[in-house]
Amino acid sequence: MAQADAASLGGAPITAMVTADGVPLKKSLAKAERRRKITAFLLVAPLLAFIIFTFVIPIGSMLFRSVDNPIIVQVLPRTVDALQEWDGQDIPPESAFAAMAEDLVEAQANRTVGRVAVRLNYEMSGARSLLTATARRADDLAAPFQESLVDANPRWGDTEIWAAIQREGRRFTPAYFVSAIDMRYASDGSIERQPENQRIYVTLFIRTLMLSVAITLTTLLLGYPIAYLLATLPLRYSNLLMICVLLPFWTSLLVRTTAWIVLLQQQGVLNDILVALGIIGDNGRIMMVYNAAGTIIAMTHILLPFMVLPLYSVMKGIPPSYVRAARSLGANPWTAFWKVYVPQTMPGVGAGAVLVFIISIGYYITPALVGGQSGQMISNLIAFHMQNSLNWGLAAALGTILLAGVLILYWVYNRIVGVDNVKLG
Amino acid sequence: MTNVSAAADDYGFVRFANVQKSYDGEILVVKDLNLDIAKGEFLTMLGPSGSGKTTCLMMLAGFESATYGEIRLKNERIDNVPPHKRGIGMVFQNYALFPHMTVAENLAFPLRVRKMGKAEIEDRVKRALEMVELPAMAGRMPAQLSGGQQQRVAVARALVFEPDLVLMDEPLGALDKNLREQMQYEIKHIHESLGVTVVYVTHDQSEALTMSNRIAVFNDGVIQQLAPPADLYERPDNAFVAAFIGENNKLKGKVEQMDGQSCTVRLEDGSSVVALPVNVGGKGEPTTLSLRPERVVVAPAEGSLPNAFEARVEELIYLGDHIRTRVSVCGTDEFIVKIPNAQSHARISRGEMVRIGWAMEDCRALDA
Repeated sequence: MAQADAASLGGAPITAMVTADGVPLKKSLAKAERRRKITAFLLVAPLLAFIIFTFVIPIGSMLFRSVDNPIIVQVLPRTVDALQEWDGQDIPPESAFAAMAEDLVEAQANRTVGRVAVRLNYEMSGARSLLTATARRADDLAAPFQESLVDANPRWGDTEIWAAIQREGRRFTPAYFVSAIDMRYASDGSIERQPENQRIYVTLFIRTLMLSVAITLTTLLLGYPIAYLLATLPLRYSNLLMICVLLPFWTSLLVRTTAWIVLLQQQGVLNDILVALGIIGDNGRIMMVYNAAGTIIAMTHILLPFMVLPLYSVMKGIPPSYVRAARSLGANPWTAFWKVYVPQTMPGVGAGAVLVFIISIGYYITPALVGGQSGQMISNLIAFHMQNSLNWGLAAALGTILLAGVLILYWVYNRIVGVDNVKLG
Repeated sequence: MTNVSAAADDYGFVRFANVQKSYDGEILVVKDLNLDIAKGEFLTMLGPSGSGKTTCLMMLAGFESATYGEIRLKNERIDNVPPHKRGIGMVFQNYALFPHMTVAENLAFPLRVRKMGKAEIEDRVKRALEMVELPAMAGRMPAQLSGGQQQRVAVARALVFEPDLVLMDEPLGALDKNLREQMQYEIKHIHESLGVTVVYVTHDQSEALTMSNRIAVFNDGVIQQLAPPADLYERPDNAFVAAFIGENNKLKGKVEQMDGQSCTVRLEDGSSVVALPVNVGGKGEPTTLSLRPERVVVAPAEGSLPNAFEARVEELIYLGDHIRTRVSVCGTDEFIVKIPNAQSHARISRGEMVRIGWAMEDCRALDA
């Protein structure tokens, strides 16, 4: 590749560089690079496809499901139409009752009434039986429909059910997010807090955060000295120790969790030993599992390698001469450690903390097994709504809030520590 | 380099006495080391890797403990003094500048741990940076400096708290040749202007020769020779030192005859050489003759030198200031002669026979 002679001659305007045969250099370079780029893309393509199908699409669908609200529009289209002009104060007009009667007949025939009944039940307790029972006798309804419906069930005479249908008669709804933060719609349509005995999710979010912070701190506290030892011991011993650290990775999660139950329960090994030693009385056996303590202990054990490995890899790269230099400059062992060694391990601390925190914030199985009541985390509630109550919209809303929370924390972390400072290995 | 004897009363500023060191309880890395270092001296520990020189330095700094023997600093035993209370500055091979601190913070570190006042710290940091000619770099991070600049900061940091003794562990090993030579002079000048005692470890003989008052040549855990640079080069005590310092022609033979001033050595090919007995047993003992290539004279006047031989020129390498000539003589074809590139030098060509000779004093009979 040579610069065109004309361009390099004094006084001539500098034109684009060209190769020896006159093709612009940029074009020629792009051509040469294209093949390499295609190869690189083909190499990552399988993983890219895999990630799109297993991660991007599910997450997208979860985000969508948290606001998706098709049922009422589909099953009660006439009622939704008729309620458009309703002011929400008085009993809706006769046209709305008529539309409802018609919708119910059709829903009963199409067997779709159950779905809309379940959906409305999320908004108003008792709505399910109200709809299903009335729908069963929908063929008996006759004009004037208001009287006929109220006859069938007096609750049709209240505005509550109509308000719920009007509010949720839209394709997309914020209702799941409203309930996910312990709020509800008041009868006048405004948003208010749930009565105190029905607030669960905010408390659980906070508890999930606290437990994750506690687990992150304990893993850091326990992992730091181990990682230090691993990084400084001769290879022969450090390999053995590394196996001990990795052992939790190599055993089944269930086996480990069960082992913790055996150890920690009130009739378990640890309590037996304490009683036998006379440290506690037989009546004073300590509750160490089926509560928050159980969750913290078991999850610390499980997540410890995620803290130790990044710490180890960072510490391995710190030559001993730094601490030696600090010592020779007059720092006592503690100052040399704290002012010179620890700051250099911060990338590892950051990586380990982010890993452990993000894994633990969404952890499900261990809290479910050893968490009892006080050790439940938000993911257990999400699982409950996925599997038992089948309120997928609420589960999706809770999941979305969790995801948003993690992203916000990640952003804050990036602002304070800097993601570039994270070293994962 | 005679100024060392002037400081003789200060000898024992640093003293190693019968120091032995073993890491595994089987092999002695340092065998019975005795070494006195004078105040203000620049002493270099020179030797191949694994010779025990760095171990000695680490024992002096306090990062390794002596297995046996004692180490004294200013006449006080320091075996049980932890490194941070020894007050010894140290420059490490990889500089060990703290990567998370700026240059100024690095320099302030030893002052801060000594709880100095803020104004005094600032003042000293400023002066230290001026000493190494980097006053504008105070706010930079070490990673933003070039290798030579990092090296200077490391030297400044080891000196900023005004220690009496500074240890340097191959501090120039990572620099390229030109920069290394420049830094050698700078460190030497800093040493001269501050009067601080320096113990310097290197495996580079030219570095040792350039900078030191005295050089301790280490091999196999033992000091082979402790002498000023000129002595070391011109009067090596044994075959290891002769071979390790500078280029050296080796001739092996047996002592045939010996009187006080000279000896006659019969080489393996039967030729006989008159040499200066330095480190030989008696008659009949094997010996290695050491002869510097620049001391060999080409075409000497007849009868002017006791040793004169016919040599065949095998190879000529032009090196600018001299021509390195390999000849075969006295049963070896690895004999090197340095012919200075002067107007009067002999013009010789490959395959030619030339007459070479050397003086008795330049040919030292050492241990076999």
